[in-house]
Amino acid sequence: MRRRFGIRTLATYGLLAAGSIVVAFPLLLAVSYSLMTESQIATFPPPVVPVGATLDNFASVLATIPIGRYLLNSFVVSTAVVVGQLVTASLAAYAFSFLVFRGRTLLFFLFLSTLMIPWEATIIPNYITIRAIGWLDTYQGLAVPFMATAFGTFLLRQAFLQIPRELWDSARIDGASSLRFFLSMVVPLSRPALGTVAIYGFLSTYNQYFWPLLITNETLMRTTQVGIAQLRFEETLRWGLVMAGVVMVATPTLALLVLGQRQLIRGLTAGAVKG
Amino acid sequence: MTRWTSRDVRSLMVGLAYLLPSLVLFAAFVFIPLGRTAYLSLFNTRSTGAITTFAGLDHYLELLTSPTFHQGILATALFVIYTVPLSIALGLVLAAMLNQRLRGINVFRTMMASTIAVSAAVGALIWLLMFNPSLGLLNYLLSRVGIPGPDWLIQPATAIVAVSITTIWLSLGTNIIVLLAGLQGVPEEIYEAARLDGARGVRMFRQITVPMVSPSLFFLLVVDTIAVLQTFTQIHLLTRGGPVDATRVLVYGIYLDAFQNFQFGFASAQAVVLFVLVMTLTVIQFRFVERRVHYQ
Repeated sequence: MRRRFGIRTLATYGLLAAGSIVVAFPLLLAVSYSLMTESQIATFPPPVVPVGATLDNFASVLATIPIGRYLLNSFVVSTAVVVGQLVTASLAAYAFSFLVFRGRTLLFFLFLSTLMIPWEATIIPNYITIRAIGWLDTYQGLAVPFMATAFGTFLLRQAFLQIPRELWDSARIDGASSLRFFLSMVVPLSRPALGTVAIYGFLSTYNQYFWPLLITNETLMRTTQVGIAQLRFEETLRWGLVMAGVVMVATPTLALLVLGQRQLIRGLTAGAVKG
Repeated sequence: MTRWTSRDVRSLMVGLAYLLPSLVLFAAFVFIPLGRTAYLSLFNTRSTGAITTFAGLDHYLELLTSPTFHQGILATALFVIYTVPLSIALGLVLAAMLNQRLRGINVFRTMMASTIAVSAAVGALIWLLMFNPSLGLLNYLLSRVGIPGPDWLIQPATAIVAVSITTIWLSLGTNIIVLLAGLQGVPEEIYEAARLDGARGVRMFRQITVPMVSPSLFFLLVVDTIAVLQTFTQIHLLTRGGPVDATRVLVYGIYLDAFQNFQFGFASAQAVVLFVLVMTLTVIQFRFVERRVHYQ
């Protein structure tokens, strides 16, 4: 009996390991190729494991494109979006959960209605606007349009509704203003939900491609995604170089996945359960 | 409608003060632009985007007759059909595998969910290498099992498949996590009862697991379809809409007509079509969720 159990467990682990490797295979392959020389990449059959790993490709990336600057740009823009979203969404969620006023439901539906408007359907006028106010090739052009979030507002509202009403009542009796209650009670008590919104905002901004492609022309204003894609359009396509670029750009987000997995999962499943 | 007292007005003002930052941004970058898209779709423009003459419904009539647009709709439909069902089915199988209490299961969960954090640009560049006919691993593996690999991105029929494979991989992480959460919400007693009735393996999966996670499946069906309708990056990096418009999906058509051909009016008409499609899907989903909650 015990032995059979052991075999079954072993088989389960084997299956899980096989599945994980298949799913993560393209990523593992990118890492592997980033360590190969161009001549090894060109051998047949296509190699999977590097022979005598080299970091030359990473040095070439640094020499070919200003990747440090791209990373800086992406971090500045993504951080700005996160801060903006946390401020706008928590203020709005507070109004939708603690304050009582006429038209609240209607305004909440107005927020939700933004979820059915795809960014691509508004991209032409937005591009024209950003160009007209001179925000092409600027951080504000990359960040400001994304600083409000209906999804984040919705998520934070759910979290705020969990806060006991009695806290609010006693704070009001003590004469605290509604803004004071928001800053001293609601925000500290909702840190996990704020973390979810932050991770989401960061990931989705950092991984953007279409918008930064449209509104940046200067090399030094490009973000990471647009920057590495540039390697694909070099005259001679050097795969080791491209994969090294891919690894450098994907590492921060993969690190974020490992560190913030719980927050990410909460965000995804909130959407699934509540629609 | 009851009358507004001064207290009503005051509390509304306080509420609006908190909503103001979001409302300003939504107005500036969502609502007004949507209106301007609809407005632009009725006009001809200069290459700068400045309006020249009134076009009425001409752009929409042109969409009805344009072979390029028809091809675009066909490509979009194929893209959805190739991508969404497979991505959800694969996600469900992998999520079921991950739904076990085992030591170290989190390592496997993180690995399988890893594509959540992978950007479309990164995914597209990696798959660009995989699809490479001479250097790529995909055709080598196919040749090992006796299938001559196609020149993926050069032939119209396989180019849309290649873009779909890339997209399936990119969406797998999200699908796995959502379905895993759905599976974890199924009470253990239901499985116990089914096991007592003799259900095992595939039968258990089909008759218990799938129906129990049907809300998550439906959610993903809508959300993944909307995401596929909005796909741009993979197309831009893998095929640029070609060969012969085989991958010129709706969003890519908007990009080409607006930012390469500078026909902002005509492109805006396509953007309106995109909006109507996404809105319809979202409304269907809201309706469904409302009903489900209602009967629970």
